[in-house]
Amino acid sequence: MPAVSKGDGMRGLAVFISDIRNCKSKEAEIKRINKELANIRSKFKGDKALDGYSKKKYVCKLLFIFLLGHDIDFGHMEAVNLLSSNKYTEKQIGYLFISVLVNSNSDLISLINNAIKNDLSSRNPTFMNLALHCIANVGSREMAEAFAAEVPRILVAGDTMDSVKQSAALCLLRLNRTSPDLVLMGEWTTRVVHLLNDQHLGVVTAATSLITTLAQKSPEDFKTSVSLAVARLSRIVSSASTDLQDYTYYFVAAPWLSVKLLRLLQCYPPPEDGAIRGRLTECLETILNKAQEPPKSKKVQHSNAKNAVLFEAISLIIHHDSEPTLLVRACNQLGQFLQHRETNLRYLALESMCTLASSEFSHEAVKTHIETVINALKSERDVSVRQRAVDLLYAMCDRSNAKQIVAEMLSYLETADYSIREEIVLKVAILAEKYAVDYTWYVDTILNLIRFAGDYVSDEVWYRVIQIVINRDEVQGYAAKTVFEALQAPACHENLVKVGGYILGEFGNLIAGDSRSSPLIQFDLLHSKFHLCSVPTRALLLSAYIKFINLFPEVKGTIQEVLRSDSQLRNADVELQQRAVEYLRLSCIASTDILATVLEEMPPFPERESSILAKLKRKKGPGNLHPDLDENRKERSVNGGTADHSSTTTNAKVATSPTPSTDLLGLGSTIATQNSAPPASKGASLLVDVFSENISAFPVETPVAVGPVADENFSSFLPNTPQVAYANATLPTAEEPEDKFVCKNNGVLYENQLLQIGLKSEFRQNLGRMYVFFGNKTSTQFMNFAASVVCQDTLQAQLNVHAKPADPTVDGGAQLQQILNIECVSDFVDAPVLNIQFRYGGTLQNIAVKLPITLNKFFQPTEMTSQDFFQRWKQLGAPQQEVQNIFKAKHSMDTEVTKAKIMGFGAALLDGVDPNPSNFVGAGVIHTKTTQVGCLLRLEPNIQAQMYRLTLRTSRDTVSQRLCDLLSEQF
Amino acid sequence: MIKAILIFNNHGKPRLSKFYEHYSEDTEQQIIRETFHLVSKRDENVCNFLEGGMLIGGSENKLIYRHYATLYFVFCVDSSESELGILDLIQVFVETLDKCFENVCELDLIFHVDKVHNILAEMVMGGMVLETNMNEIITQVDAQNKMEKSETFIFQSPRQDR
Repeated sequence: MPAVSKGDGMRGLAVFISDIRNCKSKEAEIKRINKELANIRSKFKGDKALDGYSKKKYVCKLLFIFLLGHDIDFGHMEAVNLLSSNKYTEKQIGYLFISVLVNSNSDLISLINNAIKNDLSSRNPTFMNLALHCIANVGSREMAEAFAAEVPRILVAGDTMDSVKQSAALCLLRLNRTSPDLVLMGEWTTRVVHLLNDQHLGVVTAATSLITTLAQKSPEDFKTSVSLAVARLSRIVSSASTDLQDYTYYFVAAPWLSVKLLRLLQCYPPPEDGAIRGRLTECLETILNKAQEPPKSKKVQHSNAKNAVLFEAISLIIHHDSEPTLLVRACNQLGQFLQHRETNLRYLALESMCTLASSEFSHEAVKTHIETVINALKSERDVSVRQRAVDLLYAMCDRSNAKQIVAEMLSYLETADYSIREEIVLKVAILAEKYAVDYTWYVDTILNLIRFAGDYVSDEVWYRVIQIVINRDEVQGYAAKTVFEALQAPACHENLVKVGGYILGEFGNLIAGDSRSSPLIQFDLLHSKFHLCSVPTRALLLSAYIKFINLFPEVKGTIQEVLRSDSQLRNADVELQQRAVEYLRLSCIASTDILATVLEEMPPFPERESSILAKLKRKKGPGNLHPDLDENRKERSVNGGTADHSSTTTNAKVATSPTPSTDLLGLGSTIATQNSAPPASKGASLLVDVFSENISAFPVETPVAVGPVADENFSSFLPNTPQVAYANATLPTAEEPEDKFVCKNNGVLYENQLLQIGLKSEFRQNLGRMYVFFGNKTSTQFMNFAASVVCQDTLQAQLNVHAKPADPTVDGGAQLQQILNIECVSDFVDAPVLNIQFRYGGTLQNIAVKLPITLNKFFQPTEMTSQDFFQRWKQLGAPQQEVQNIFKAKHSMDTEVTKAKIMGFGAALLDGVDPNPSNFVGAGVIHTKTTQVGCLLRLEPNIQAQMYRLTLRTSRDTVSQRLCDLLSEQF
Repeated sequence: MIKAILIFNNHGKPRLSKFYEHYSEDTEQQIIRETFHLVSKRDENVCNFLEGGMLIGGSENKLIYRHYATLYFVFCVDSSESELGILDLIQVFVETLDKCFENVCELDLIFHVDKVHNILAEMVMGGMVLETNMNEIITQVDAQNKMEKSETFIFQSPRQDR
């Protein structure tokens, strides 16, 4: 007899469903559903009490409507009411509705909990099961709070029915997952472990699931489960297939329970007790033996169940990784499956072999299957299986078979599914690098990658090949020759142009001796690709051209001609235009010696973990944020700043890179070119050098300044660079940091052994933007990094500082950029405080630094004539409008320096206004959101006395005072 | 752990959806669509496992499915489940449905959604396998039906049924 007879359905429900199914259009369906919803709503609201049957019918209709994807926003209360019914039918439908439709944060939970509580204590196993199901399905915190103590009691009570025990075990498991803190096993532990001995295999299965989860969290507490699990497993494995009656599935004894027990054992190392260990080994051998026996049934279910146990046994063997004979047997078994006609088995065999390949005992054995795996890659019809084959080839690769595997993967790449191409590219790139004996092979491989799957070659891959070529002298000539040849192809991928441009720019001279690749031919070849490329690639090519000018003086004229063309000098893209202008100028004015130094070959990159590897790791675990990811981020940015010619002004990634931080911080941000990679060892000192603002005055030369060039060259190249700021910058902590920044916008704000904070800021009228760079000076990651800006007391109303959120981690040696947006509401005195908090090696670090945001930052210079100046000066004659300060000079009284400071302060320096030429006069307007304050200043030095007199006149007394205080500290 | 159990037909019409982790209703519908898209484009004799769709955890999870006549049975599971074990579980589920409905077909699932849910609840609870023994499951379902019948007898008034 069928358990559900077809006649007893609800007619009303059947009619409704038929109606829906007959709907010709989505609109008709929605109309019908809305009609039904209205009907049910009125029935629920109606005065007449509905009988159980009707309630059930309506709830079923709602379930059906919900399944079709329509929101159900009523009926919950009716469902909850059904829970307290004594009728099974009503109670059951109520629970069904709740477990499908009620989520864990419903406000009905307390009512539901009440009903559950009654059912749990009802002693009616059916009701108890319904209640336990409901807890497990909803699994909310409130439920855990209400029942975490009750459920274990039901589980271990002697008089609990088996079916209830099963439910209680899984219910507890669910609560443990959702609210582990509330489920305290303590006293129950032993009794739960002993459930493994229960008569009822269903109970044992549920208990094994529970114990596995608990053992993962606290292995020590559940250690005793190992011997019981082994004993149980042994009994199942050695039983005749008929012994377990109902739990025999297609002639396999209790396959699910066996699988679960084998999973549980994977939570632990091999048993220490010799006897238990021997018994387990026996079990595993028996399972392996059974695989060789002829099948007891031809049905696929039989082999499925048998193999489910077998694969789990193999997993356990691999997990223990201690019995060489078992490992080899496991490997052979998987080898058989690799050629099995069942696709599922081939898939699982490839997957298991991947883990086996990492065991030292079986790595060699796995390698013997290489031909089969390669064959799978070529002939499998199923992309899931091919993907596993790629994984396995990657796992089994070592020095002995790398060339073969890489070649196979490369040839597969041409026909590979789009969905897995990028991953294959990464894997090939990693293997090629890891097992490269000679780097010519490596270079060939990467160029082939670009050729076959250029679109899937991420930046990391081509950065890496450049790092490797730069760092290895022996391969440079070959690389130049190979890219030159590759570029001959009429259509080549843009990534090839990038690699080609970079390598020829560096090492083109190595092949220039050959008349077939003379400098001019090289240049023409590169330039023939120029117009087809994107802006970043063009920028890179321009850098290659300037390098050519240095390498090959004979093509200087040709290149200058190209740079001079309107399409370059007037390019709409500001980066390209700037490069063209600056490179052209550089090539015209610099002597050969200087060019040679400035455009010297790139220094070797510091050795570091492959960024590609990091990227792959990230790709493999998209769901969870493991540390690799941050590692990866760092690596990316490193490359972004170093190997990347094409970084542009607005490109934030440069700013986040550690060593090349120099280029951005030092206002090299105007242009970051190929020279921008100082050797790591010099990083620190360079960092300070380029902080100095002076460079900003000469944007054309910036690429030079940040180049790997000695500082002397730099200053000789820029003869009028004053050295003052250098001194300032090298002693960052000598003064109040605030004072240091009054007349400039960039520099090192703070430095200790762990952290360096650099600033770069720009202000316009009453608005400002500050880039704060947090440099991790250690090799350890900073965790939980947080920086916030606090404006205390009155400052709150005067200044708005908004910090954009930044990453919570800063990798060792890396730099994090945070942007602060600043708005001056009204004039102010205090400075906002930057609070930094992070975890370094377990200890929490707290740093508070005043941010150098001073009132004068909102200065706009105003040019005016002598007449205007004195007229206004007189207008501002009220006593409170003028503030005067007479003070002793703290620094040498150099006229040029003083001028620079007044301009840096923000005022316009007015020449020829003061009758006394040794005096300085300035004017400007302080912009705040609420008002604008005109300011006039006069500084009178007295060289003999080494004194200054500073007079400020503004329309606001507070502004006069503040500006006078700020400026007085500067001389 | 089993994250979700989905049954849909060859056209992607959902016939049963049971999620053991909480998603918004919209996301649930999207997951069903995405899963259908992933599963339905696969050939008949390829393997029964594939990586889960992005919405339900990507490569962290596997979709294990079987295709019976007009219906796809899809279990979305994490790495703690045995692939073949789940495949067998699907088989047990279908065989149980077949016994309960006598030659189960898509229409049975449509018109008896509540029954299908009840049968499933005897097998899977909170995402964990509760019972795999078909006889045990059917005994439980039978007992429920008996109780239901005895109650229905008292309540049912089919004539006004609409």
